Amino acid sequence: MSKDPNSTQLAVVGGGPGGYPAAFLAADLGMQVTLIDLEPKPGGVCLYRGCIPSKTLLHVAKLLGETHQAAEWGIQFPDPEIDLDQLRARKEKVVQQLTGGLGQLVKQRKISYIQGRATFLDARTLKIQDSAGQEEILNFQHAIVATGSRPATLPNLSLESERLIDSTSALELAGIPKTMLVIGGGYIGLELGTVYAALGTQVSVVEMMPGLLPGADRDLVRVLSKRLEKLFHSMMLNTTVAEIGEVKGGIQVRLEGDVEEAEQTFEKILVAVGRKPNSSGLGLENTRVEINQRGFVKVNQQRQTAEPNIYAVGDIAGEPMLAHKATHEGLVAVEAIAGHKVAYEPHAIPAVVFTDPELAWCGLTETQAKQENISIEVARFPWGASGRATTLGRNDGLTKLIIEPQTERVLGVGLAGAGAGELIAEGVLAVEMAALASDLRLSIHPHPTLSETIMEAAEVFFGQSTHAYRPKRG
Amino acid sequence: MATELRLPELGENIETGQVVKVLVSPGDSISPGQAVLELETDKAVVEVPSSVGGTVTGLYVEEGQEIKVGQLILAVEAASREAEPQPETQPPVETQEPVVAKEPAQLEEAVGEVELAEEEPDAEQELPKTEVSPAPALDRPPETPAAIAPAAPSVRRLARELGVDINQVPGSGPGGRISMQDVKDYVRQLNTQAARARPLTQEPPALPLPDFARWGEVQRAPMSNIRRTTARRLGQAWSTIPHVTHFEKADITELEGLRKRYASKAEAAGGKLTVTAIILKVVASALKAFPKFNASLDMANQDIIYKKYYHIGVAVDTEHGLLVPVIRDVDRKNILELSVELTQISEKARTRKVTLEDLEGSTFTITNLGGIGGVNFAPIINPPDVAILGIARASREAVFKDGGFEPRLMLPLSLSYDHRLIDGADAARFMRWVAQAIEQPFLLSLEG
Repeated sequence: MSKDPNSTQLAVVGGGPGGYPAAFLAADLGMQVTLIDLEPKPGGVCLYRGCIPSKTLLHVAKLLGETHQAAEWGIQFPDPEIDLDQLRARKEKVVQQLTGGLGQLVKQRKISYIQGRATFLDARTLKIQDSAGQEEILNFQHAIVATGSRPATLPNLSLESERLIDSTSALELAGIPKTMLVIGGGYIGLELGTVYAALGTQVSVVEMMPGLLPGADRDLVRVLSKRLEKLFHSMMLNTTVAEIGEVKGGIQVRLEGDVEEAEQTFEKILVAVGRKPNSSGLGLENTRVEINQRGFVKVNQQRQTAEPNIYAVGDIAGEPMLAHKATHEGLVAVEAIAGHKVAYEPHAIPAVVFTDPELAWCGLTETQAKQENISIEVARFPWGASGRATTLGRNDGLTKLIIEPQTERVLGVGLAGAGAGELIAEGVLAVEMAALASDLRLSIHPHPTLSETIMEAAEVFFGQSTHAYRPKRG
Repeated sequence: MATELRLPELGENIETGQVVKVLVSPGDSISPGQAVLELETDKAVVEVPSSVGGTVTGLYVEEGQEIKVGQLILAVEAASREAEPQPETQPPVETQEPVVAKEPAQLEEAVGEVELAEEEPDAEQELPKTEVSPAPALDRPPETPAAIAPAAPSVRRLARELGVDINQVPGSGPGGRISMQDVKDYVRQLNTQAARARPLTQEPPALPLPDFARWGEVQRAPMSNIRRTTARRLGQAWSTIPHVTHFEKADITELEGLRKRYASKAEAAGGKLTVTAIILKVVASALKAFPKFNASLDMANQDIIYKKYYHIGVAVDTEHGLLVPVIRDVDRKNILELSVELTQISEKARTRKVTLEDLEGSTFTITNLGGIGGVNFAPIINPPDVAILGIARASREAVFKDGGFEPRLMLPLSLSYDHRLIDGADAARFMRWVAQAIEQPFLLSLEG
């Protein structure tokens, strides 16, 4: 192994959930690894500005929601007093704890960690500018680019104002505005809207498409919409924001579409219109790496770019832009570099929306099957018939299986309801293992749990379910 | 619901073929038995019939493509079972208010709604997965979930490690699920096939070719299927069978007289009375008298397989290359019948109308170059036959007979035989028998 500090076997650019697991595995496989990130510790957007802080706050939102619900069960709480500083500190602590833990793991694995900005000079050389502005050159044999993504902006809505925020600044929790408009009815907008609504903000959502969460199955979305209609002040579908302008005490927007009041004023506006890959400014143009029109780096099944010794994983390597997909890709890339015969070939990548209720799905969706003319059967089990859901007072839920008719194989699973994000893991396993509906039906599920709904959905497929009676036709 | 048409078994040892012509297009209505492809196999061009009827909804082969037995050719939507019109947007109308055991009031969605979308996935199904290469191929088409092999991630990884395309592995589990064992069995099967195929295909390492262009202009042309097969089979025969060639001469002065006399009779019947037609009959009789020459060797089981039928292959020179159509039951046909059949089958071979069946099942082969010339030659055995008779050009020679020289029409014959089965003396006796039968046709009716 080379002792030269200016060279490394593997340079991992980006320390998020794509980069750091890749660096860890590579080190465990005996490679000499350098991990480069802008932050002092690994973690990336996921830990610093994404999954982890948002879920910390969503947990609080859930708690607040349950205190309201408790009134129906005879438990009265006074209105909560929210100490925003303490809440923010709690969130920071979670982030510090987790990123600090990763920092420890970096040291234990003897990975060289550089806080700085890396730029490719060519396919063998990186220039790294550290936080103090010092530049160094690093030669590498292989590189993994895992620089992630950033919140997308709307070019026609540029405004220099503290009132116009994105997901990053929303998670900083600077204050609790009285009113907020969320632009974008995707998962980021709905999750953050849920947090702020629970904290007392009057939240409005504007979405250009006719439904929330475009791409998700409508029957799942309907379960969520029903609750959000109560939680949010308004949800304006088929509507776009044509213009914004700062006025006294807020931002005035002009809306176009299915909306009664075209001009409205909000204290804050959260732009959550998706994310864009961080593929520019990396010096990739100094290599043979190819980038497509949407800014994603082109990769093969091993996540190898057109430059054979450079790999790309995570958000920069294409949709879906999800942390767990990035991690899996990172591990595949490292194994490929280590010479193992591996490929990125998931059959099911779970998608979870951490709203209340949660939405989760994996594998083939009904929507996709329709679009691609894939022959399927759908078995649905509504949580109205679930004992566990009833004990929780959460009968608003739905479990569905997407099944291949000839083989009865489970091609996809969809869930809407409390805890759907945890339940979907069984669905992922079922799809990846090519389970048949009868496998799910014949596996004993613990009672009373929400997981039984998956078993009972499989029973529905065979026409007989214990808790959902359906009169015979004809 | 759509059904698939896959390339059926075409005959013995035929695994692939090249699509010469696609006879249908998507949208066409086809009936069972209708030809959908013209396929050039190792041996001939054949028409591939459809086993199903309906409307062609997907076409997965193109002209010039090499396809394998079992490969998907068409998707056909059965005419009789029309898919029900699907609701355009939302899930199916929820008509029934179901009864629920625990919380009927909470139930808003239809319980146990099972929805059936008709229509079959198409396209992408057969997309082979490719491996990485140093120059990575990017942006491969996304796999549709319908095309994903029913195998657990661990099984998929095992297949990849063993270099097997998981989509080709037959699954033995419920719903066709592929197990670790299935992958291993598949690899074992491939290895066995490869081992079996090796002695057939293995050729001595070719010497490196010089740059011919250094000495003048050259042109490169790909071998046709027939040429490839000829090269492979003859290379294999020559390198695996210990050949000996026995030469003989037959006096056909009398026979030639008879042949000319009866030529018109054969012509009237639609044939041509050739030396080959006559010798076919002679050889069939000889094979009856010498059963070893009508046998095959089973070296694997150390057996000799004697055939109780006499199907003789006749080498035909066509513009596409060498073809060997087979005339069945030569022993049961008279010379006139044989001359008619020989004329017809040669014509079929020349116009590439022979079927695969016409080319299979020979027990012995005759090759006649007499029409072109040559003093004599040593032909190569056509396996699994054990001998081949060569006929060269007859010439008038001075033969010492009855105390003086006489001009006689002499026909040079050669017999290449598999010395593993046939000894030199056997061959000499066989050839003497054949020559005498040609010289004295009466022998045929006496002994043949």
